[in-house]
Amino acid sequence: MARPLINVPAKVKRGQVFEIKTLISHIMETGFRFTTTGGRIPRDIVTSFSCRYNGEEIFRADLYPAIAANPFIAFFTVATESGTLEFNWIGDNGFAETASAKITVE
Amino acid sequence: MSERKRGATRRAVLIGGLAGGLAATIKVVPARATPEQLHAAIRNVVGAAQVRKGRVELIVPPLVENGNAVSLVVAVDSPMTATDYVKSIHVFNEKNPQPNVIGVHLGPRAGKARISTRFRLADTQTVTAIAELSDGTFWSATADLIVTMAACVEGL
Repeated sequence: MARPLINVPAKVKRGQVFEIKTLISHIMETGFRFTTTGGRIPRDIVTSFSCRYNGEEIFRADLYPAIAANPFIAFFTVATESGTLEFNWIGDNGFAETASAKITVE
Repeated sequence: MSERKRGATRRAVLIGGLAGGLAATIKVVPARATPEQLHAAIRNVVGAAQVRKGRVELIVPPLVENGNAVSLVVAVDSPMTATDYVKSIHVFNEKNPQPNVIGVHLGPRAGKARISTRFRLADTQTVTAIAELSDGTFWSATADLIVTMAACVEGL
């Protein structure tokens, strides 16, 4: 199963810019490969990733087959208030995964 | 005399055959490069706007041993304030089966316009990153990568 990994600092100072690192296990099958019998392997990728900070979207990414297996995405945000970061992955064949992380702003 | 003549004929035939073979080879090899698709993908993002070089930094390894996972960092020179920020960052490649790599949507809350991911490369090629700023301008950077083991092409 797809298991997401999230790396967020537990405590940050107000106004500080901090990095959020995410990784989800997924094969990211491109749809451009063939089996030994010549059949095309159907595409199976994560198409969209988003991050919400206390309900407000702060980051969104559209992924394409050129993204490596087990998509790793890292980005930054400003610490505004304590709360939760929610992560959401959407992909082919009804793939949907969510994760969340708590953050304390001092 | 007659032998020399025969030799010349054979040479002519050989050269002709070689040239023909070469031409045939060039014709047969399918072009993996899709400049039209790449331009279409870029136009799809930027529209009719002009794309200028600069402000974008594309950090990739110059020599890639394994094209299946290549680290990619795009950083844009922007203060990331409520009035002056990076709206989106798009990365394109030249020779993969598809021109798009990733499209990222940011806002003033990002604090810093810098993203990292890992992507695939099917061949030695040029990668382009284009950033859209809040004032509607587009800025770009390109990087050349040499790939020794390509992704996407191997079977199972």
